[in-house]
Amino acid sequence: MLQITNLHASVADKPILKGLNLTINAGEVHAIMGPNGAGKSTTGYVLGGRPGYEVTEGSATFNGQDLFALDPHERAASGLFLGFQYPVEIPGVSNLQFLREALNSQRKFHDLPPLSGGEFLKLAKEKAGLLKMDMDMLKRPVNVGFSGGEKKRAEMVQMGILDPKLAILDETDSGLDIDALRICGEGINAIMRKPDKAVLLITHYQRLLDYVKPDFVHVLAGGRIVKSGGPELALALEEGGYEGVAA
Amino acid sequence: MSEDIEIKDQAAREAAAKVAEYEHGWVADIEQEYGPKGLSEDTVRYISAKKDEPEWMLEWRLKAYRHWLTMPMPDWAKLNIPPIDYQNAYYWAAPKKKDGPKSLDEVDPEILRVYEKLGIPLAEQEVLAGVEGARKIAVDAVFDSVSVATTFRKELEAAGVIFRSISEAIREYPELVKKWLGRVVPMADNYFAALNCAVFSDGTFVYVPEGVRCPMELSTYFRINAENTGQFERTLIVADKGAYVSYLEGCTAPQRDENQLHAAVVELVALDDAEIKYSTVQNWYPGDAQGKGGIYNFVTKRALCQGKRSKVSWTQVETGSAITWKYPSCVLNGEDSVGEFYSVAVTNNYQQADTGTKMIHNGKGSRSTIVSKGISAGHSQNTYRGLVRVGANAEGVRNFTQCDSLLLGKTCGAHTVPYIEVRNPTATIEHEATTSKISDDQLFYAMQRGLDTESAVALIVNGFAKEVLQQLPMEFAVEAQKLLGISLEGSVG
Repeated sequence: MLQITNLHASVADKPILKGLNLTINAGEVHAIMGPNGAGKSTTGYVLGGRPGYEVTEGSATFNGQDLFALDPHERAASGLFLGFQYPVEIPGVSNLQFLREALNSQRKFHDLPPLSGGEFLKLAKEKAGLLKMDMDMLKRPVNVGFSGGEKKRAEMVQMGILDPKLAILDETDSGLDIDALRICGEGINAIMRKPDKAVLLITHYQRLLDYVKPDFVHVLAGGRIVKSGGPELALALEEGGYEGVAA
Repeated sequence: MSEDIEIKDQAAREAAAKVAEYEHGWVADIEQEYGPKGLSEDTVRYISAKKDEPEWMLEWRLKAYRHWLTMPMPDWAKLNIPPIDYQNAYYWAAPKKKDGPKSLDEVDPEILRVYEKLGIPLAEQEVLAGVEGARKIAVDAVFDSVSVATTFRKELEAAGVIFRSISEAIREYPELVKKWLGRVVPMADNYFAALNCAVFSDGTFVYVPEGVRCPMELSTYFRINAENTGQFERTLIVADKGAYVSYLEGCTAPQRDENQLHAAVVELVALDDAEIKYSTVQNWYPGDAQGKGGIYNFVTKRALCQGKRSKVSWTQVETGSAITWKYPSCVLNGEDSVGEFYSVAVTNNYQQADTGTKMIHNGKGSRSTIVSKGISAGHSQNTYRGLVRVGANAEGVRNFTQCDSLLLGKTCGAHTVPYIEVRNPTATIEHEATTSKISDDQLFYAMQRGLDTESAVALIVNGFAKEVLQQLPMEFAVEAQKLLGISLEGSVG
């Protein structure tokens, strides 16, 4: 599904990624862990196409397409979803309005007709239910006045509604209490644990991985993957820290 | 349900996103007759004669003209206005047909097609046969210098509501017009108001009698079609005791390289317990991306809240015009009277807007609310200018003002100039102001969910302006949202 080869990327002319290689197949869940400043969030932004994150070398193909040739909204429509570490507020625009517009824009990209109001509300209700989120929350402006945990759950509702092929989730577990962590974890499984989908979790801690069991765990340090393994690698990291494992 | 409304609005925005430039820039080929070129007493007499006006009206016009000659052009606004050659323009342009009231079947089919193309329903049965629940809207269609039709007359008359072009009203209801014309905006009020008094050609007159709630929305649709012609319209709305009326105003003009002048005067009068809701979507041609052409929109709008507990609410969405100079105001004379001003002003490319309001509190317990949202892009300049004045005898006045500015890009300007004059210590005056930019974070977030740049900007801007947009009647809110998106196309990225 996603193949990243020798990826180098800079932010404000400062090299952050220095030869990242990663292959993710359909049906797999990968986790990237690593110390602060290793380039974890940068990886997500570069794949999402955030302006200011410049690819200087290497390639990425997404379902056979050259990912870097696409604009951010085209990447989204092609099935790439980025769960933000700090979801952004959009005052005056309700979640429902935002998501319906986003979804219909993606459908248009695939020459599908827009969903009617009724169809959309039904879909939104179902996905909000998965994340135990009240529909009244979705009538409120995007992320305005939401707590940290509510923002993360709203991100997962967005993911459910947009139904991507690949979800890159940047520290979805940060700011969550124990219950919210479980709800988000179960939500990710319900929405993304499917044979034709894949997940890339970016996280510091094992705790999310207790709910969303990864097939592969990678350690990112100094802008490249220095070690890969199975779920046991995350446990070893929790025990011994990055220094012991990555050395 | 609120989500249904949102959803309809969204469909409108999607449709709008397809339109890449000024949608109403075409010219209709209609044979017209022109008055003499240039401005003189003869021009004033010509217009008055064309309209078959009584002597008092001509005298009133001539007095205004003579006064105008003595006045300097105002220069206090933050606007760069090139010199206007008043002698190189026409003050009268009308479709070649006899002037005066007409039924719809008498109106030139070419003109009907113009309004059809603009999406303005003139045929009453079209509205009646429309979707269930669609509200009726009576229209006064003003084409260059004359009103070509007013609709739903009979139904309105049955309710006692007078809805006429102002020319007809001067002939048919002279006493009513004489009583209020120039009462709210005196002829010597300002340079452009005086000019309007001298050469105004048409506009709308509304009278809602005591205790009557006007059974439908009233509207005037202004279209400038002729070249080198100024449009000077005059609107007078009187709501008698306990009456209610909601009035909408829309305007468009062809795309031309020359600037055209539009100098209107709007007067509203609300007596005891009366309420007037006045909504404008102003979409005059704004000029091209280099700032060539466009309408000069120099308008005086004022409401007299004369009666106790009277209320006037102005809502405006200003997206068009090369230059906008406009301050819809309320003189709150009545005890416990209420004035409201909700405004969204968008400027892009080389547009300039200096707009705001005046709330003059003379009545005890009078209250006012001002919400202004300015959006600037390109090389444009956008100024909010507002006055809140509390008279010495006005006890217990309250005002709340909120001015928010949103900037797109680095070459535009946003300015806020509030004047507050309080002569009574019991007043409570609040003023809040913010200035922000559309953040890269917001744009990327929306794009990562599947929106292209322009849809993302339109969405964020509509969210910013929501407080004002939701004051508009539904039909207008949809149009206004489309316009915000279209006006800002190409302003980011």
